[in-house]
Amino acid sequence: MSDSGHRMMDFVYRLLNVSKEYEGRRVLQVENLKIGRGEVFALVGPSGAGKSTLLRLLNFLEPPTAGRIRFQDVEFTANQPVPLPYRRRVTTVFQRPILLNRSVQANVGYGLGLRGLRGADSEIEKALEQVGLQALARQRARTLSGGEAQRVALARAIVLQPDVLLLDEPTANLDPYNVGLIEEIVTNLNRECGTTLVLVTHNVFQAKRLAHRVALMLDSQIVEVAGVEAFFESPQDPRTAAFVRGEMVY
Amino acid sequence: MAEAIRLIFTLDPALFEIIILSLQVSGTALLFSTVIGIPLGAIMGLSRFAGRKLVIALLYTGMGFPPVVVGLFVYLMLSRSGPLGQLNSPLIPALFTPAAMVVAQTIISFPLVAGFTMAAVMGVDPGLRQQVQALGATRWQTTTAILTEARVGVIVSVIAGFGSIISEVGAVMMVGGNIEHSTRVLTTAIVLETRKGNFDLAMAIGVVLLGISFLTNVAMLRLQGRTFDE
Repeated sequence: MSDSGHRMMDFVYRLLNVSKEYEGRRVLQVENLKIGRGEVFALVGPSGAGKSTLLRLLNFLEPPTAGRIRFQDVEFTANQPVPLPYRRRVTTVFQRPILLNRSVQANVGYGLGLRGLRGADSEIEKALEQVGLQALARQRARTLSGGEAQRVALARAIVLQPDVLLLDEPTANLDPYNVGLIEEIVTNLNRECGTTLVLVTHNVFQAKRLAHRVALMLDSQIVEVAGVEAFFESPQDPRTAAFVRGEMVY
Repeated sequence: MAEAIRLIFTLDPALFEIIILSLQVSGTALLFSTVIGIPLGAIMGLSRFAGRKLVIALLYTGMGFPPVVVGLFVYLMLSRSGPLGQLNSPLIPALFTPAAMVVAQTIISFPLVAGFTMAAVMGVDPGLRQQVQALGATRWQTTTAILTEARVGVIVSVIAGFGSIISEVGAVMMVGGNIEHSTRVLTTAIVLETRKGNFDLAMAIGVVLLGISFLTNVAMLRLQGRTFDE
């Protein structure tokens, strides 16, 4: 691979002047953002800052209103539909898991089925083992507790072996046991499989525990991006400093 | 009641002819209604477009259409001097044929199928669509997933559609004419026998109609599978 080619592959995402508007109201404005391959990137900030919107753009669930998103080796503009194979390299675990009214294993195998991969029982079993739910494989998904449901949501995402896993407040409603478990699973996924993680959280401690780099979002913009240590120990922007100290009023 | 049992168990040919025609006409109309109604209901429930509210209002009106008014409308359209009857096309059914009855019953039942499907689809958690898409679903796969989640309601829509036409008398009477061996169905036969004073026979046919309705609903319930056991 040439040097320029290598540099190009250093990041999975590069966003340039990306904005998103709903009915004329701007909810996101990102001038320049790179997310590295194999990185754990955390987005922190108050509710309504645009974190989830950014995640939806990164999963190509909706196009930006303007700007360019480079993903791996291809660049997409606002009017360009993202081909399915690219979209399928990314998936999201949401704050509130909505499972299908089927068995746990059917839920985990659902994404594989969408890709025409039937009979992938060993992958499903392995994913359930990773989240510690192999005993519940045949149970109806509706009967699960909140923590178990979120772990099934995580299993149905990791079974797809995505290049990028987006996590939208995945532990916001969970007890400490499940929070610890989920953090451990995604950390292992990042270390062992090199999966890029983008984590949205309003819990600064979680960002500190998991992330390599952290970005603060306020009022639909990114205020500061820094390595985790610099972000928490020597923030450049006074708003970051206030946020880290827990003094930000919002 | 005894008469009903006797007629059924002696395999009375006249009765069976009526039963078969009723099932053929209402079954075909239900098939058309399902093919039109479920996709229409899914579109109304899942997409937003200009004029959607107007279409929903029309759909709701259609759900409450008096069958006899539908019968009158179809009658006027298909009669020889009517706009469609004039065309003399082999694709346009003639009045007083089972095909004309199918047209009328389809118009009666498809708004019910579409309306109930729409309600069922709208009852599915709106977040499901995004989560399924995030797992890599195409538009078609997303719609299928939502319809599958709404399956109890979708099957209720088909049951409601069938119930509305197997038991309706106004439209089939008007466009079918209750002609023996040709367009006589269970409901029109009941009217005729009652008018003739054959209350036993009318009751017997009524029991058969109820039986058919019950058996179809049992079959539909089985289709819904384990959902009701939870």
